[in-house]
Amino acid sequence: MEKVLMKGNEAIAEAAVRAGCRHFFGYPITPQNELPEYMSHRMPEVGGVFLQAESEVAAINMVYGAAGAGARVMTSSSSPGISLKLEGISYIAGAELPCVIINVMRAGPGLGGIQPSQADYFQAVKGGGHGDYRMTVLAPSTVQEAVDLTMEAFEIADYYRNPVMILADGYIGQMMEPVVFNKTVNPEDLAAKSWATDGAKGRDVNIINSLFLDPEELEEHNHDLDRKYQEMKKRENRYELYKMEDAEMAIVAYGTTARISTKAVDLAREKGIKLGLIRPISLYPFPEKIIQESTKDIEKYLVVEMSMGQMVEDVKLAVNGQRPVHFHGRTGGMVPTPEEIFSVIEDLWEE
Amino acid sequence: MKIVADYPESLTEKEFHYCPGCTHGLIHRLIAEVMDELEIREDTIGIAPVGCSVLAYEYFNCDMQEASHGRAPAVATGVKRVHPDKVVFTYQGDGDLASIGTAEIVHAANRGENFTTIFVNNAIYGMTGGQMAPTTLKEQKTSTSQSGRNLQESGNPIKMSEMLSVLDGPAYIARVSVHDPKHIIKAKKAIKKAFQMQIEKKGFTMVEVLSTCPTNWGVSPVKALDWLAENMLDVYPLAVYKEVE
Ligand SMILES: Cc1ncc(C[n+]2csc(CCOP(=O)(O)OP(=O)(O)O)c2C)c(N)n1
Ligand code: SF4
Repeated sequence: MEKVLMKGNEAIAEAAVRAGCRHFFGYPITPQNELPEYMSHRMPEVGGVFLQAESEVAAINMVYGAAGAGARVMTSSSSPGISLKLEGISYIAGAELPCVIINVMRAGPGLGGIQPSQADYFQAVKGGGHGDYRMTVLAPSTVQEAVDLTMEAFEIADYYRNPVMILADGYIGQMMEPVVFNKTVNPEDLAAKSWATDGAKGRDVNIINSLFLDPEELEEHNHDLDRKYQEMKKRENRYELYKMEDAEMAIVAYGTTARISTKAVDLAREKGIKLGLIRPISLYPFPEKIIQESTKDIEKYLVVEMSMGQMVEDVKLAVNGQRPVHFHGRTGGMVPTPEEIFSVIEDLWEE
Repeated sequence: MKIVADYPESLTEKEFHYCPGCTHGLIHRLIAEVMDELEIREDTIGIAPVGCSVLAYEYFNCDMQEASHGRAPAVATGVKRVHPDKVVFTYQGDGDLASIGTAEIVHAANRGENFTTIFVNNAIYGMTGGQMAPTTLKEQKTSTSQSGRNLQESGNPIKMSEMLSVLDGPAYIARVSVHDPKHIIKAKKAIKKAFQMQIEKKGFTMVEVLSTCPTNWGVSPVKALDWLAENMLDVYPLAVYKEVE
């Protein structure tokens, strides 16, 4: 397979095309603009549809319509745009439609800034939109991983009939790295979606809906959805461990921050500090089991995030009070350096 | 024996939940008859709104998608882009289309999206209990304009058909009414025309239907028909506002 040098945003777009996505609806926002730009020429090339919507609200509702009509469909945005999409995401989850949503996070709140951030963790993994819903959230830390996870995201979405989010940050979106595209899916080979609204020829009508006026029925529906989320919890746990074999202290970090943290682990190891890294790849479901198991060897944890501290709450839940969990965060678009993280680790080690 | 009025195949047998005398049910029936006559039931995907017609997906006997409040034109865009050869329609109230969903309808119309919108204008929010709509008439009393709509404070009744007809995207825009049999027949013709033009891939089509809300207007069903004729027709003139060749 040929290696090509690509910007993260464009690599994600190409991965979606390779995954058989033929419909893309989006609205410009930095730092993800290369993604719709790439789709605007690539979609027509493969006989697909690119449409620049009038807003993020419209874009996600176009995704809803296209997903309900049976298509593999994607949208992308960045933080303020994702906030606008949340109503639609809740409807998509409620109506059980598969789609892929890319969030190339920037710093907030409000209009915030355009530099990388991880401050949308809560929004992504705790619902964000209204009602009890969940979606699989995957966080790449390299451009290659962004490609692989995007391709997988379409499979996961179809399997569960649920939205899947790729939670990247401005760094992953803007960075150029060599990537390999391992496979290409022909949308015509995909299994037919018997539930889709494509005209009721020779069958009963299909209805795409999330309305249940009878509370008993809605409760039943929410239990059905929850069974799906429980299955996700069993099957979709993804994480990577770095130098954890003999570690006595661990950093927990995801995405770009995890990548920076591997350097901090190397610096610590040079100084004889037994540090390792746990990198959650699926943020929902959160790989709580591996963290819980690690408490038998790990004495202290440091969670590093580009936020004021969000994932740290899930780590604390997993550790369940058995060990201290510390936090180091940069925010506003500031990115921590390996040296900075190492100095926090040194202090904790000596404490 | 010739059957002149049978139960439309394009309607399910589910009983309407609409209030007695509400013209939502009548408008449903007109759409269903048109679908039957054009033989498109099995090729049609309808988009149901938020508003009193939120359960429209239970009444139309074709594939249906429920949309969030105001977003039906965006949902319809998504469906139609996946299935350009199917017939797609949205059914939207005035709160849905002319308030929360103004951006979506303007841009879908302007793009010339090849679907049909049935826009039910009853000058009030029905489902939520009779609040003022953008289409509420001057001095009309509603639960949020209790001494009558004040134009200085709340702006003017919004004329969607007139507004959308200046755009280049739409192929057909007409305003009709269902307050008496003569107008009902005209309304059906307009709906049929809109669907036909969609099938011919002419572009965006919309039929605005003046409708009643006896419950929230606080009048009997018969009085509601009169109220419509006496008050709404002046503000919302019936006309074909746009029709391309
Ligand atoms: C986002 C959102 N905002 C508000 C509502 C509440 N709501 C339901 S129906 C409705 C008004 C509908 O009025 P209209 O479109 O005129 O239809 P009608 O009921 O008169 O047929 C509103 C505001 C909602 N469901 N969703
Ligand atoms: S509230 Fe008004 S619009 Fe709604 S069903 Fe009753 S009469 Fe019709």
